[in-house]
Amino acid sequence: MKRIEAVNDFVIKFANVNGSGSASANELFAKAILRMGVPVSPRNIFPSNIQGMPTWYEARVCEKGYLGRRGGVDMMVAMNPQTWDADVAEITPGGYLFYDSTRPIPPSKFRPDIEVIGMPLTEISNNTYADPRQRQLFKNIIYVGALSVLLDVEAEVFEKLFAEQYRGKEMLLDSNVRALHLGRDHAREHLQAPLGIRVQRADQVGERIFTDGNSAAALGCVYGGATVAAWYPITPSSSVPEAFQKYCDKYRVDPETGRSNVAIVQAEDELASIGMVVGAGWNGARAFTATSGPGISLMTEFIGLAYFAEIPVTIINVQRGGPSTGMPTRTQQSDLLSCAYASHGDTKHVLLFPEDPRECFDHAAAALDLADRLQTPIFVMTDLDIGMNQRLCQPFAWNDARGYDRGKVMTAEELEAGKDFGRYKDVDGDGIPWRTYPGTHPTKGSFFTRGTTRDPYARYSERGPDYLYNMERLLRKFRTAADLVPQPLLRGAARPTPLGVIYFGSTSPAMQEALDVLTAAGIDLDAMRLRAFPFPAVVDSFIAAHEQVFVVEQNRDGQMHAMLVNELQVDPARLVKVLHYDGTPITARFITQAIQTHLQGARAPLKEAA
Amino acid sequence: MTYLAKPRLHHPSLTRNKVGYTRRDYEGRISTLCAGCGHDSISAAIIQACWELDIEPHRVAKLSGIGCSSKTPDYFLGASHGFNTVHGRMPSVLTGANLANRDLLYLGVSGDGDSASIGLGQFANAMRRGVNMAYIVENNGVYGLTKGQFSATADQGSRSKKGVINNDSPVDLVGLALQLGATYVARSFSGDKEQLVPLIKGALGHGGAAFIDVISPCVTFNNHAGSTKSYDYVRQHNEAVSRIDFLPRHAEITTQYAPGEVVEVPQHDGSLLRLRKLHTDYDPTDRHAALSYMNLHQARGEVVTGLLYIDPLATDLHLALNTSDTPLNALGTEQLCPGARALEKINASLR
Repeated sequence: MKRIEAVNDFVIKFANVNGSGSASANELFAKAILRMGVPVSPRNIFPSNIQGMPTWYEARVCEKGYLGRRGGVDMMVAMNPQTWDADVAEITPGGYLFYDSTRPIPPSKFRPDIEVIGMPLTEISNNTYADPRQRQLFKNIIYVGALSVLLDVEAEVFEKLFAEQYRGKEMLLDSNVRALHLGRDHAREHLQAPLGIRVQRADQVGERIFTDGNSAAALGCVYGGATVAAWYPITPSSSVPEAFQKYCDKYRVDPETGRSNVAIVQAEDELASIGMVVGAGWNGARAFTATSGPGISLMTEFIGLAYFAEIPVTIINVQRGGPSTGMPTRTQQSDLLSCAYASHGDTKHVLLFPEDPRECFDHAAAALDLADRLQTPIFVMTDLDIGMNQRLCQPFAWNDARGYDRGKVMTAEELEAGKDFGRYKDVDGDGIPWRTYPGTHPTKGSFFTRGTTRDPYARYSERGPDYLYNMERLLRKFRTAADLVPQPLLRGAARPTPLGVIYFGSTSPAMQEALDVLTAAGIDLDAMRLRAFPFPAVVDSFIAAHEQVFVVEQNRDGQMHAMLVNELQVDPARLVKVLHYDGTPITARFITQAIQTHLQGARAPLKEAA
Repeated sequence: MTYLAKPRLHHPSLTRNKVGYTRRDYEGRISTLCAGCGHDSISAAIIQACWELDIEPHRVAKLSGIGCSSKTPDYFLGASHGFNTVHGRMPSVLTGANLANRDLLYLGVSGDGDSASIGLGQFANAMRRGVNMAYIVENNGVYGLTKGQFSATADQGSRSKKGVINNDSPVDLVGLALQLGATYVARSFSGDKEQLVPLIKGALGHGGAAFIDVISPCVTFNNHAGSTKSYDYVRQHNEAVSRIDFLPRHAEITTQYAPGEVVEVPQHDGSLLRLRKLHTDYDPTDRHAALSYMNLHQARGEVVTGLLYIDPLATDLHLALNTSDTPLNALGTEQLCPGARALEKINASLR
């Protein structure tokens, strides 16, 4: 057997039982590798369940810095008897299996083409700890200790992490350090270390931070000035408002009065949560909700009202697998159409596509500004992959000189001075009307907000010309939005090429890696990362400048493809769909293979070049 | 419906209230409802109540759902911002608006279809949360705008204009409000302005979740024999538990009542509600007693009206959330944004 040999470039997967405390141990392992200066990207693969079901934690260690899911497993830490067979089968030949050897496992349950490392974890833990809960929790730390020896991760790194985590809790600190060394000592005495795969100190992490997109989006809402949040629990978005609450407990309590500068309400359903956000936005507060696909379906009537009555609303949609209840704990980009055109009648909505936690932060704060500026719903289209997994990303940044853009709000002074106020009148040519907050002026500036048609002065009207004026103005406003949203980013090929690729959101790290692989294979692609809808003019010119443009997305029907065709009147044949939608995060291997396969079929010369 | 626009010019001799407004300043656009509609009487009662309370019209936010009743906020308080939201969802929009600015008065206007049918969940949860609002349901038992279908408050056995008998049990919004924690619960009749105006005044000054179910006959679709929401039926079966005298802050109490006849309830804004009891056995500060009284009399086919329950120590959602005195919509970056230095610390904790 030829065992896998790799330094700072492997995938290790932990098979656990959920509710067993493995998550924090696995996170500790990932953080230790980062502290060794080596990039790591972990992903939780978990069921829609609280306790007892299988859960996995797949960590890709990659000194080159690729953070997308790689595919394949070089080492399995098999801690769950329920999934043993599948877990063992998943290991790449030449890979490693680490397991708890307390109870004998028949030889037929192993494979000859992998290296098997057994350690009596339960026995060690039970001999050391009396309390059943401690036995379980410290078993996890013991295997982390053993892995640190097997993979050559410095003990000091863990000790420092423990010291930071348990500052002021000396008992916990000591017992964790002890468990770590139990594992390390046993591994050193009984096992061959290091393995063929191992970690070596590097300097590839830099100032980057390691966090999840949901808490980053929540922090963006704190920095962006959200004062009202209303939500209903739904996987995978619940941790957005929960993190928002946590940050607000710290940053939004007035130190003198002890009172909160925020209101967070868990509503009775998604209809009520969006209703509260609409009410708060109408009344001049910055408000947001966080939800996922099924919640969007329920909110749709209100989204139409907010579009037509022109009320600022921020919706963070952490997408999961659809349709219906779909795959609640798996990732997809399959709510594009249901958000972009949400609600009956002619509607169009602004979508932002963050690629990682840093952009979740940026886009959440930007969405609150855009909602006020454009007086319309703004969707932050994140997904489970970036929302619920910790990801290495650029540190958060904020310019203290940045104020909040509250948009066109007419003041009591302006009204008093006799400024004409037509709530739905386009006075600036950008399609965005002026508004007033309720209670502004005793006699001027009041209006009646409704979802029915109205004239520019907000008076009920079903006259055709009034209706057309309004609908055309909304289109004009949408065109204005294209200039205000985050613009696409271009990564040009080294040589001129007739091929382009468009991608967005969580596909980003896999796409970066795929572009490197394709370039090395002689396939040049200009790449454009969309960061928002509506599409600015550069998207049209990018497509026009290429013979063929691949559109890479994580849904079945090519929803972004449809939006590009629909909005830009592109010949559909020029846009090639690359679709990944099995619920796992897209990989560079998948993208590379899909593009190569297409080119081999369609273009003989490129096949030769490749 | 009247087509004659009222003159904009006000007669100089019209009485002005303490904040300098005449009663006419509290009016809105001309109603587009049917002539004789009970809802217009309720609008008139709201106008009267706000004028008498010396409320500046622009300090009121009026919100509604969809339906005949929900159209009415256009017909009163023309200087207030109004929001005609979506069907059955006024409570959530009002809740959000209230969270954004605690300094305004929130008046929710809804109907029986809007609150008891499509919007029952939102009605219930707004009551549970104790949103500071005056929530008025203009209850006629039918869908007017869609021409006379039964709503969820139609009494079992009542007959529609087309002769259909309603088989379903009615939703009793007053009973629900009592059970779910509303701290001011009343029922009235659009044809009894003397009772209704003080009830609205009490609700606006209450400081918590105040609910008034106003039976408001639909003259077009539900005012016939066999209806239990007609003018005649309600007049014949009205069982008032109390009459309210609404005493503004620091008003001198002049009338004397015999002990046991009067209950005085101070409101959070310093005003006083003085209830003249019409039944000596009725205690309006006992939630459970109110419920059983209601159940008993409703079983006899009586329509119990008046202030049915009041909690003098009402609290509201803002108190529960411990929000700042400054309205949330008036906070700026200095109160809201933790700043770049705090972010550096957060970054450091994530490495």
